[in-house]
Amino acid sequence: MSDSSLRLVWVYPDLLSTYGDQGNALVVERRARQRGLDVARVDVRSDQPLPTSGDIYLIGGGEDRPQRLAAERLRRDGGLSRAVSNGAIVFSVCAGYQILGHEFINDLGEREPGLGLLDVVSTRGEGERCVGDVLADIDSRLGLPPLTGFENHQGITHLGPTARPFAKVRFGNGNGTGDGFEGAYNDTVFGTYMHGPVLARNPLIADLLLKLALDVNALPPVDDRWYEALREERISAATQPA
Amino acid sequence: MAGAGNAEPLSPRAKLAVTAGKAAAAVSRAAGRGSGSVIGGKVALRLDPDLLARLARHLDVVLVSATNGKTTTTRLIAEALRASGQVVSNALGANMPAGITSALAGGSEARFGVIEVDEKYLAGVARDTTPKAIALLNLSRDQLDRAAETRMLAEKWREGLSGTKAVVIANCDDPLIVWAASSSPNVVWVAAGQEWKDDAWSCPSCGGVLQRPGEDWMCGECGFRRPIPSWALNGDFVLDPHGSAWPIHLQLPGRANKANATTSAAVAAHFGVPPQVALERMYQVQAVAGRYDVISFQGREMRLLLAKNPAGWLETFSLIDPPPTPVILSVNARGADGTDTSWLWDVDYTRLAGHPICVIGDRRLDLAVRLEVAGLDFRVCETVDEAVQLCPPGRIETIANYTAFQDLRRRVGN
Ligand SMILES: [Zn+2]
Repeated sequence: MSDSSLRLVWVYPDLLSTYGDQGNALVVERRARQRGLDVARVDVRSDQPLPTSGDIYLIGGGEDRPQRLAAERLRRDGGLSRAVSNGAIVFSVCAGYQILGHEFINDLGEREPGLGLLDVVSTRGEGERCVGDVLADIDSRLGLPPLTGFENHQGITHLGPTARPFAKVRFGNGNGTGDGFEGAYNDTVFGTYMHGPVLARNPLIADLLLKLALDVNALPPVDDRWYEALREERISAATQPA
Repeated sequence: MAGAGNAEPLSPRAKLAVTAGKAAAAVSRAAGRGSGSVIGGKVALRLDPDLLARLARHLDVVLVSATNGKTTTTRLIAEALRASGQVVSNALGANMPAGITSALAGGSEARFGVIEVDEKYLAGVARDTTPKAIALLNLSRDQLDRAAETRMLAEKWREGLSGTKAVVIANCDDPLIVWAASSSPNVVWVAAGQEWKDDAWSCPSCGGVLQRPGEDWMCGECGFRRPIPSWALNGDFVLDPHGSAWPIHLQLPGRANKANATTSAAVAAHFGVPPQVALERMYQVQAVAGRYDVISFQGREMRLLLAKNPAGWLETFSLIDPPPTPVILSVNARGADGTDTSWLWDVDYTRLAGHPICVIGDRRLDLAVRLEVAGLDFRVCETVDEAVQLCPPGRIETIANYTAFQDLRRRVGN
């Protein structure tokens, strides 16, 4: 990869790619290329060392056992934490979101340590799984339009004092804590329960990741016609009773 | 002996259950509520919960399960076994216990029961029907918002099939299938191939990363590895355990159906039908519940292809005619499809580059964004009629998921 290219790292597709999570990588890659950027995308399997020089890291969701294996291997590898201290951007969903926190409940019902890159702790809900379309307002500091997504999780995620809620739900469950918060972020590390995949329904979040990575305030516009049409349809679906 | 149809008569209670079930099915049909087979089976099962076991007792039962290809393989096996006796089968794909009961109730003279089973019910149906053979084809992600996790399913099969008296005829190229089957005492391995690999990078036994040099696969950590097959699909040929190669001639298209034919030949051989005879009979199968059918519609020839999950779409892309043949894609996300469309992002749509593409269906906007990100040209249409009008006369490849496929069949009159 050349020095001038944007380095996009997709973390552990062998373990964390259950809900079309590759879509998040495809959307970021596409929107970067549409802006004329040279993109080097690296898919890193869980038996390979994680590069520490990436600009954007994407982490997907997974089933319970792969989630535990991914957490074990990421802790052992240590590369993601080094990348974050170098200023890398991380965007994670579902199981990946939980792994970035301090701890979560693993497939054996035990407390599994995460990476501590997000100030959150996850537990498992007792009730029904949270499944369905979600509509939420993203933290106004981020300057983004409403979040539309699809959630499917049993987990509940509590935010610690330094984490900011990524969004506040209007329809749906989000973090499942009852306060309406959805997702979390600490500086350049983001986590959400939305898959779908979420960046296909929220291309401006992909653009935010690009802007943070490139350290710019604006990007040239691209044709968002189909994204806009899909957003409108899904927002209307989320606000109607099933 | 098993070949003479019913060796012992059904009990009065079972007979009543069969009769009541048939009456309910007839009422359901008359009321225009589908084929009636499921409701008939439900009524019959309620009257006699052991009915499935009792109906199966008189049959040489073959069970077929998989994520993809089970309906077609059930049909191929049924055709092959007709060489040696009457067959009763749930040919229309009603593959849960009620539908299976209903299908078996209609075959009192049969020697063989060839039964497609929904993945979630395999262990239970295997317990109830005491099968002679169980064919296991593949397991991959499917309808994730409602189905069990894929590996959990393999685990359930593994527990349910341990100690089974059936010979298990299983695909050695799918690590999840091997994990599920290898608890059985008697397995015949078939190298049927696996195009979709993204659900099997992680060792089902220990969680290690699987190594996949060429066609082989192995776990570097625990030694779990691909068994040596006794049957294999090799290009257009079936290789039998003696090393003889038998040509496959199918009207059904695609590599996946050649794989299904290979497994079916192995099943047939277990019941004494030689591969040559079995494969010749399989040629008769033209379409399966509307799938692969070519329909004349508004001056075009539409081929109807069903693809319900990423592995199914991948196999379908490999069988369609090359560009410039136009392709119509239709996706819904109703209850029977799973309400989550995220799987679209696991399908490599760049394989359609060069084809004119039209998208329809309830979730055409999800498809539109997916294709836009894949960098493809496409048109979004409201209806199949509108999409067909955009295609020149000639062949159109039409690929749809479950309820979208049913919608299409209704509209184009198949
Ligand atoms: Zn292993």
